[in-house]
Amino acid sequence: MKKQKENQLKIKIKNRPDFSRRTALKALGTGVAAVGAVTAGRAGFGKTEVPAEYGLMDQFGEFFQQHYKKMSKEEISGVIERIERKYKAKYDLDVKVGDTPPFPGVVFGYALNINKCKGYRECVRGCVEENNQSRDPQIQYIRVLELDRGSLNLEKSEHYYDDQTDVPKDGKMYLPIQCHQCDNPPCVKACPVEATWKEPDGVVVVDYNWCIGCRMCANACPYWARRFNWSEPVIPKDEINPETHYLSNRPREKGVMEKCTFCIQRTRKGELPACHQACPTGARVFGNLLDVNSEIRYVLENKDIFRLKEELNTEPKFWYYTD
Amino acid sequence: MILVSFVRDCVQQLFMGGRYYWSWIFGLNFFILIGLINYFRQYNTGLILTGMSDQVSWGFYVSNFTYLVGIAAAAVMLVIPAYIFNRPEAKKVVLLGEGLAVAASLMCILFVTVDMGRPDRLWHMLPFIGRFNWPMSLLTWDVIVLSGYLLLNLFMPLYILFHEYSEKDSNKKFIFIAAVVSMFWAISIHTVTAFLFASNPARPFWHSALLAPKFLASAFTAGPAFIILAFRVIDRSDAYRIGHKAIDLLAAIVAIAMQVNLLMLVSELFTEFYSEGTHSASARYLFFGLHGFNSLVPWIYTSILMNIVAAVILMVEKWRRNNTLLSIACVLAMVGVWIEKGMGFVIPGFIPTPIGEVFEYGPTWTEIFISLGIWCAGLLVFTILVKAAIPIQRGRLRYRPE
Repeated sequence: MKKQKENQLKIKIKNRPDFSRRTALKALGTGVAAVGAVTAGRAGFGKTEVPAEYGLMDQFGEFFQQHYKKMSKEEISGVIERIERKYKAKYDLDVKVGDTPPFPGVVFGYALNINKCKGYRECVRGCVEENNQSRDPQIQYIRVLELDRGSLNLEKSEHYYDDQTDVPKDGKMYLPIQCHQCDNPPCVKACPVEATWKEPDGVVVVDYNWCIGCRMCANACPYWARRFNWSEPVIPKDEINPETHYLSNRPREKGVMEKCTFCIQRTRKGELPACHQACPTGARVFGNLLDVNSEIRYVLENKDIFRLKEELNTEPKFWYYTD
Repeated sequence: MILVSFVRDCVQQLFMGGRYYWSWIFGLNFFILIGLINYFRQYNTGLILTGMSDQVSWGFYVSNFTYLVGIAAAAVMLVIPAYIFNRPEAKKVVLLGEGLAVAASLMCILFVTVDMGRPDRLWHMLPFIGRFNWPMSLLTWDVIVLSGYLLLNLFMPLYILFHEYSEKDSNKKFIFIAAVVSMFWAISIHTVTAFLFASNPARPFWHSALLAPKFLASAFTAGPAFIILAFRVIDRSDAYRIGHKAIDLLAAIVAIAMQVNLLMLVSELFTEFYSEGTHSASARYLFFGLHGFNSLVPWIYTSILMNIVAAVILMVEKWRRNNTLLSIACVLAMVGVWIEKGMGFVIPGFIPTPIGEVFEYGPTWTEIFISLGIWCAGLLVFTILVKAAIPIQRGRLRYRPE
């Protein structure tokens, strides 16, 4: 039973509590109660859920932490040590935060065979487990759309089809969408504080300790690839992946944006992204676009390929192809 | 020393008022408190307490922000006749318009702040200390123009009032230059805010060249309408005779701006629906509903109806000069434009999402209470500024050396 529950990531339609007139009264009521609490000095502004092991100096350091690209190597390792301390205090777990730089001469690209994709959503599950996404509320980087065969009109797609019983359905095709790692990313342009940028290996990353949570990037993205932490993310301790990267899958906090990074914590070590590994039909091809002998280059040169919304000139490094 | 007594005398004015004044002040403070309490909860729990989602990532806060940028910009409709054309009736009231601009700009800044996921990191936006992504990010432009506009509208009236108070001649040339700057600046704040939306080709509903002019037209409708209503209240409280001339001028401005605004609506409807493509999906959702979802449809028709009725009243000079009808028209124009810019513009831009999901939005009570609190904070600032400015302008309050 538990196993099934783990495997069955239900796609939630609403990720927020419903509000009714009763909750309005509650909002007022808790408000009045909070006045009492504040005046009694029991509640403070911006209370923290982090236990005492993460001391005042650490919180001070966190507040004044510099932008990732402005810090020296030593400063970054100091920051990483502090973040690991925080995870230890928060989750009682040794989470390793890596900082593997990009390979020189590598630009990552992804291709997906839409004839092979059967809509099982295994990529979605693999991604959530690998990348420490919040389980409540649920955050998923990959959206698999179910479309009528013969039309690529996304507006007619079904986002919440059931992947447990009847996939693949007759007359349907499946189109997984995740961050396309645009070469000309509109999200990077939109960010007011440069908290998101394109790395030399072509991957668009977010500094979760610099993001101010304004959501300009989410508005700018034509592929709906960015996810916001509307509340403190919840991940059961035994489901946390302790192998992380500063710019990728380390656990996030509320109020910041996150997104797919082509699993740089894996791919920068020569492994494949989690969605690639999870795909049961072999629909995904990942590799170095600069390597003429790579499988991805073979696909791009020999198959019928297309990209979504090419007319926007965002130059995605994510292609779809057919057999 | 004059400065000290200027500040002291102004503050003293704030404590002089009748029963209505104090009830107004206490009422405002009550709702500010409710707003603050709800903000505590939102700060601690996260923006999940709002109706926003990954699908509709901006909501009520940004809607109010967009509307208030227009209100702030509208002050220029008094600045131009007063300082550039030296019209006496406008000169008499221009300081109140600038006070409104100050209050509205402050509300804008508050609305953006409560919309942030990490307000504790606002310092990341400071130039030099943080990383200010200027000129690429449109939000950085908005920060510059809004704070600049706030300072401009704070210092210009202060400069004039201080000179009146100390009975010295103010530098006319300096005021003229400041007025010209302020004129262009007012246009820029709303243009930049329009570009904030229009810069997103991912959202076809916003990605329109008509947006900046339409924003300006609706701003010059709602803003002067608000000023007219404020003038009528001040007039009635007998503190300061505004006179009908200034109100006539503003009413004509509202009448013209509203007609332009409606013309642009027609132009928009034609373009969206004559040859309807997939890019018109948001417009279809807004005006007719999409795939069975239609929660914004009643909003937009209410807004259009209000705008049309206001336009009709204002177009007929006899009706426009009738105080009651004028007030009704102003309320309709203000609310109509408020809906048009929020539920009629910001929200439908998100629906459907760029990958075709229709996911609806409605504000939660947390959002409503926080927004109400910010509105009351703005009204409080406006009240304070007006309360201090009027006695100086009327000549009652002057520097008296001890």
